[in-house]
Amino acid sequence: MKTIITSTENNLEAQMDLRFGRCAWFCLYDHDAGQTEFIENEFKDARGGAGTKVAELMLTLGADRIISGDFGPKAKEMMDKFNIQLIKMDGDHKTIKEIIALFK
Amino acid sequence: MRIFSLFLSFNNQKQKKVPRRKQPRKIVEPPRFMGFEPNGFHGKKPVEEVDLLYEEYEAIKLADYDGMSHQQACVLMGISRPTFARIYESARQKIAKALVEVRSIRSVYGNVCMENNWFKCSRCHNRFTLTGRQSAAECPICKSTNIETLHSNNQN
Repeated sequence: MKTIITSTENNLEAQMDLRFGRCAWFCLYDHDAGQTEFIENEFKDARGGAGTKVAELMLTLGADRIISGDFGPKAKEMMDKFNIQLIKMDGDHKTIKEIIALFK
Repeated sequence: MRIFSLFLSFNNQKQKKVPRRKQPRKIVEPPRFMGFEPNGFHGKKPVEEVDLLYEEYEAIKLADYDGMSHQQACVLMGISRPTFARIYESARQKIAKALVEVRSIRSVYGNVCMENNWFKCSRCHNRFTLTGRQSAAECPICKSTNIETLHSNNQN
């Protein structure tokens, strides 16, 4: 299983990014291997449709669930269609490491 | 030889048959209980519980509590009328079995999707969606089953 967490920077001490489509980095956590990987969000400064494009990226990455602060309606609709679980967390300054420890 | 090849092709055909995937049943809200226990029964308790699926609870609710016809109810659940009738029938049988054989009822997730609905964990307060992949309605973070529904119109 793979979990994706939106991140502000490309390290484990970074805080979670509260935006989904326009977050800076994605942290991919592989449950089977126990490894993390950071992927840069190339649609960060896209003019429009960042949510949809990022949702497509999630499909290609093979994510099973996504943790972020909030999700737009288009991204939500798409993720529902492809059975990807969405989790909204409150941004009480948790780092990626702390979030991974919560569900590990 | 021909007979043998016929047999082989028959065998292959048999292997290809895969049961059709079940259409997820839409439900408005999961039942607000985890189960029911018989009260005031002093005999030996049957060990096995009756598993009432969410869709069966929904079928009973729509048809008997809300008084809808099967035709109206099946549209709401996104399934055909015969399928609705089968779920409804199985729900009634299970409830009757629980009453007569003094068994407890447990509510089980089943094959459902809750459209446009967000859930909130009562323990860690995270909000999340449930998809057809999850086997149980539980919080993905703390695994608590104590969750509540947030309707799509009053989120945010």
